[in-house]
Amino acid sequence: MAEARTAERAAQGEGHPSGDERFALLDKTLRKARYQQDQLIEVLHVAQDLFGHLSEDILIYLARQLKLPPSRVYGVATFYHLFSFTAPGRHSATVCMGTACFVKGAEEIVQQLEAAHDVRSGQTTEDGELTVSTARCVGSCGLAPVVVVDGVVTSHQTAESTLAHVGEVLAKEPTEAST
Amino acid sequence: MSRGNGRPSIPVTIDGQEAMAYEGETILDVATRIGVRIPRLCYLEGLSVWGGCRLCLVEVEDDPRYRLSCATPVVAEMAVTTTNWELHNHRRRIVEMLFAEGNHICAVCVSNGDCELQDLAAETDVDHIHYDLQHPDASVDASHPKYVLDRERCVLCTRCVRVCNEIEGAHVWDVGGRGSDSMIVAELSKPWGESPSCTWCGKCVLVCPTGALAFKGRAVGEMRHDPAVIDFLKTARDEGKWYERQEAR
Ligand code: SF4
Ligand code: SF4
Ligand code: FES
Ligand code: FES
Repeated sequence: MAEARTAERAAQGEGHPSGDERFALLDKTLRKARYQQDQLIEVLHVAQDLFGHLSEDILIYLARQLKLPPSRVYGVATFYHLFSFTAPGRHSATVCMGTACFVKGAEEIVQQLEAAHDVRSGQTTEDGELTVSTARCVGSCGLAPVVVVDGVVTSHQTAESTLAHVGEVLAKEPTEAST
Repeated sequence: MSRGNGRPSIPVTIDGQEAMAYEGETILDVATRIGVRIPRLCYLEGLSVWGGCRLCLVEVEDDPRYRLSCATPVVAEMAVTTTNWELHNHRRRIVEMLFAEGNHICAVCVSNGDCELQDLAAETDVDHIHYDLQHPDASVDASHPKYVLDRERCVLCTRCVRVCNEIEGAHVWDVGGRGSDSMIVAELSKPWGESPSCTWCGKCVLVCPTGALAFKGRAVGEMRHDPAVIDFLKTARDEGKWYERQEAR
């Protein structure tokens, strides 16, 4: 029965109208999962790896392929912290919230960053420019408090210095290394 | 509720009252049948068991753990105590937490006077809330032409999710997020009014225990739910008993 369905799908030639190659890879996973609804989480993992995040488009696609109601797919996906739903911003600022950094005022830095850019930690500004996030100890406790801006560790930060630095980075043209 | 075939054959004792249970009945089923009231919130006759609210906990003799009466099938010679001092306190705490988790301001609620959360508060002797009120930043969805969802009043019982899926067959709703971020969502967290699968049947509104789901245009205290209609529908379909419901809404 499941095989018949799989074959039927294959015959129909699935794939995404956008022609995005990654959907072909996703289809491969779906076929391997035999379109079993209980494989949803596995498939979501693969989709997240392929696309970096789970856009609405992807969720709709998976709901359709697994014949699940959209709200169920959304419910399952949003239950897990591992999945993210928005594309990362062009720039990123990750504030270390490990013990050393926390003690030296990391929280204040996060709050100021959030306030200055009207964004909550873990999210991206509406213009897609900046993602603010927090991390556990990044292993440079001697440099606390640490903020990682576009992949570069900056040490002994204050809220002011972080805001100034992030401001500079945002003002520059986006570069390849920005994420 | 499972009303097994044939005769009840399982002897049980509930609060000292002896009863015969049908195969497959839960503790809550039997208690209800013999007129013993066990507090419950997520459970609704006619829907699948969710087991989320934990208000229906009962003590079973020789069992070190309290059991969810809505989800525990009876076994022969089971002796159940539906309430004692500790259970009563558990329940009161649960109800207090439900209040603390939402923004329940009865004085301005459409459902004031027709609310299972209010009834439970009375039943469990809640006179004030011992927990910090969370004041969640929950949203209202008024996009549906006939109904409105106010998440501030939602206790996440999932009755709406289940009734829409199991009885109406539309599965508009589900629970999105987790922990304190959980909320009822339509489709991919879209405005309800844009749902392509909602049939406007209103069942979710009828079963909601609080004022979270309501008919539009009702003033404070004007909302009337009708959760019992679901058990009627289920029984009518399963057993052809379409005549049993006398009172009209
Ligand atoms: S009105 Fe009916 S179909 Fe629409 S969400 Fe409620 S239960 Fe589902
Ligand atoms: S909206 Fe009502 S029925 Fe649905 S989960 Fe919330 S309280 Fe329960
Ligand atoms: S605590 Fe921030 S680097 Fe260790
Ligand atoms: S009624 Fe049993 S857990 Fe809610």
